[in-house]
Amino acid sequence: MSFEEQLTQRLPERFPEGIEGAEVVQPRRVEATAKREDLRAICTYLRDEEGFEHVSCISAVDWVTHLENVYHLVSYQHNIMLQLNVQIPSEDPWVDTVSDIWKGALYHEREAYDLMGIQFRDHPDLRRILLPKDFVFHPLRKDYAGE
Amino acid sequence: MAEQVWINMGPQHPMTHGLWNLRVKLDGDTIVDADPEMGYLHRGVEKLCEVRNYLKPIVLMDRLCYVSSLTWAHVYCKAVENLMDIEPPPRGKYLNVIACELQRMASHGMWLAAFLADLGLLTGFLYSLRERELVLDLLQLMTGQRMNQNYPRPGGVHNDLPPGFEDEVRRVFRYLRRQYKGYKKFLEDSPTFLMRTQGVGVLRKEDAINYGVTGPNLRGSGARVDLRELDPYDVYDELDFEPVVYEEGDTYARYKVRFGEFFESMRIIEQALDRLPQGPFRIKTPKRAEGEGYARTEDPRGEALIYIIGDGSDRPYRVKIRSPIFVTLSALPMMLRGHRIADVASVTGGIDVCVGEIDK
Repeated sequence: MSFEEQLTQRLPERFPEGIEGAEVVQPRRVEATAKREDLRAICTYLRDEEGFEHVSCISAVDWVTHLENVYHLVSYQHNIMLQLNVQIPSEDPWVDTVSDIWKGALYHEREAYDLMGIQFRDHPDLRRILLPKDFVFHPLRKDYAGE
Repeated sequence: MAEQVWINMGPQHPMTHGLWNLRVKLDGDTIVDADPEMGYLHRGVEKLCEVRNYLKPIVLMDRLCYVSSLTWAHVYCKAVENLMDIEPPPRGKYLNVIACELQRMASHGMWLAAFLADLGLLTGFLYSLRERELVLDLLQLMTGQRMNQNYPRPGGVHNDLPPGFEDEVRRVFRYLRRQYKGYKKFLEDSPTFLMRTQGVGVLRKEDAINYGVTGPNLRGSGARVDLRELDPYDVYDELDFEPVVYEEGDTYARYKVRFGEFFESMRIIEQALDRLPQGPFRIKTPKRAEGEGYARTEDPRGEALIYIIGDGSDRPYRVKIRSPIFVTLSALPMMLRGHRIADVASVTGGIDVCVGEIDK
């Protein structure tokens, strides 16, 4: 059994509440949905025990009904990429930071806060990164008209 | 003890190559902390993509990085292909590989020029820009443009090769190989160059991986991570090449990685030309898409990733761009601490900053 398939079995066993719908979408690509309350525990486990040493990207998406964070995590040693979707309610948009697990998340989280307004709890330095300090809204939200 | 002061290197500063600001905290002339500030070039590309149909963002992606535009259009097209679940024809894939590697050579040529200018070696700057022009001529022959080529398309490329392209490539590569061997010797024999680069800005392998550093900067720290080899896209799995890896992790190692990649790119292009299959170079793609897709490729600066969501209309619902240098800059304060302020140009020049893709 390939590492991808083993991972899709181990993850829900380890986090029966936190992980849903883990599946192999194509070779070297795994997807799963995580609960935001368990995100830190899942990410710590992924780094320490499954060998995910690199966070490639954190994308924030505004689905109007809710927000979503999409984490693309990479394991160089097993050569796979895991896509972890985390749903976040729009009225209370917080999620725990993973920037102490992977320092590479520092700027991604600042960008997601800057452009989408997601609050990363316990982030050491959550300032705007691309827009000026005195900006008052988060322009990638769908309620901000781009046209 | 002298008072510690913050000073701004930028937004207008000879070492910045574009608009960004590196704030450094100094104790005497030793750096104790640093804080990169960016956003001066923010154009809102991600938001602009949401109000255009799937083809039009290609020209926006071309303008993400003005040094390496074709590779960004390429990764966007790969992401759209992944979203629409289409497979380009073999000839289209080969042409994409040739174009991307030519762009990598042009990008590394521009990097070498800027880096040497940072170190005060203006002769090297002129040499490198002169040779880069030959690569840009090849790109112009292939795509019609020196820069901002608008060449890759979802499902292939815009046009086929012009007649006589292959001979021209081989002629130019013969010349470039000879020239670059000479430049390598004249740089590596220069005590000034070695003094400014060796042992400067050391990045350990574990830190590099943890900080999300990718590409030549990571390979200069001893990690054999090249997405063309690890996670092959297009036809890189059919081609024979060797990722360039050096262990030291200093600016000199990063220089050697990029210099080596210049020669590897020439090898890849020649093999691709040898094996170039006949047949169509582009297929038709649907106008609308639903679902999600992403692509990651080895940009000249590191791992480029575009994540794209379609909602069933003819426009992307969300496009997210992962810029490699944006993430690499978060490791910059760590690389600078303890160095003199005179080393800043060597370190920032060595990681190959491109402000266009940082600020999006």
